[in-house]
Amino acid sequence: MTANVRYADVEVGTELPEQTYPVRRLDLVRYAGASGDFNEIHWNERVAKSVGLPDVIAHGMFTMAEAGRLVTDWVGDPGAVVEYGVRFSAPVVVPDDDNGAEIVVSGAVSEKRDDNQVVVAITARSGGAKVLARSSAVVRLA
Amino acid sequence: MAINHDLLGRVYESPEPYEVTRGKIREFADAIRDPNPVYRDTAAAKAAGYTDVIAPPTFPVIVGTEGMHQAVVDPELRLDFSMVVHGDQSFRYSRPLQAGDVVTAVTRISQIRALGRSEMLTLESDVSTVEGEHVVTAVNMLVVRGGAEKAEK
Repeated sequence: MTANVRYADVEVGTELPEQTYPVRRLDLVRYAGASGDFNEIHWNERVAKSVGLPDVIAHGMFTMAEAGRLVTDWVGDPGAVVEYGVRFSAPVVVPDDDNGAEIVVSGAVSEKRDDNQVVVAITARSGGAKVLARSSAVVRLA
Repeated sequence: MAINHDLLGRVYESPEPYEVTRGKIREFADAIRDPNPVYRDTAAAKAAGYTDVIAPPTFPVIVGTEGMHQAVVDPELRLDFSMVVHGDQSFRYSRPLQAGDVVTAVTRISQIRALGRSEMLTLESDVSTVEGEHVVTAVNMLVVRGGAEKAEK
């Protein structure tokens, strides 16, 4: 396993390049099939609204996957991730139009540990709401 | 109706082993629009030090879901799934899952607690190969909206 980022080259506060990931209804249908999570609130507007949601919402695990790309794209090797955890603080609401929604993910090194490991604090926003809070990944750098 | 707290510690095992395949990893990587070659190209994965393509970090949710599903439908738990939202999710990896792995999950109800009018149910799944090598532990916290409030009536 070979991370592209050297432990010696980062410090607490080092920021990862912010990324914007689009999410449309088609992405949610495709993710439902790939993951096996067919909960109707992720593709059926009628059902989503009947349980009090503003519209169809993205799978939390889809949002977690997109936010994880911030880290795996940074280090290059997804196998360098030692731990990854998120808190779903608000749903990503995905309207049924050509634009869908956007997930904007940012992160910064919050801690350097032994054994070349660092903690990356991650935040994700969508439609003005913080959709992931108190989320982080532990990665082993080169 | 409130969750049955007596089920704290109950364990659910995979009904059968799950085989990780290249095709499923590619499908999952496509679904999250992640172009990383180690998910698709065996040569790229080998160059990175793996024996075959590896799975994205959140892929193990597919394996963990089996155990979670068994808990969710356990009638003794009395869980109203229509009121459930995903609160927290985390993974602790010994290594990435990779094509060719045949794994099983052992899922345990590790915490049940009330928070305001909601209840929080934590399920912890240990995913290991059938040879006994630990790969990843997935921890899934579900929020049951209004569960505690209903319990008071």
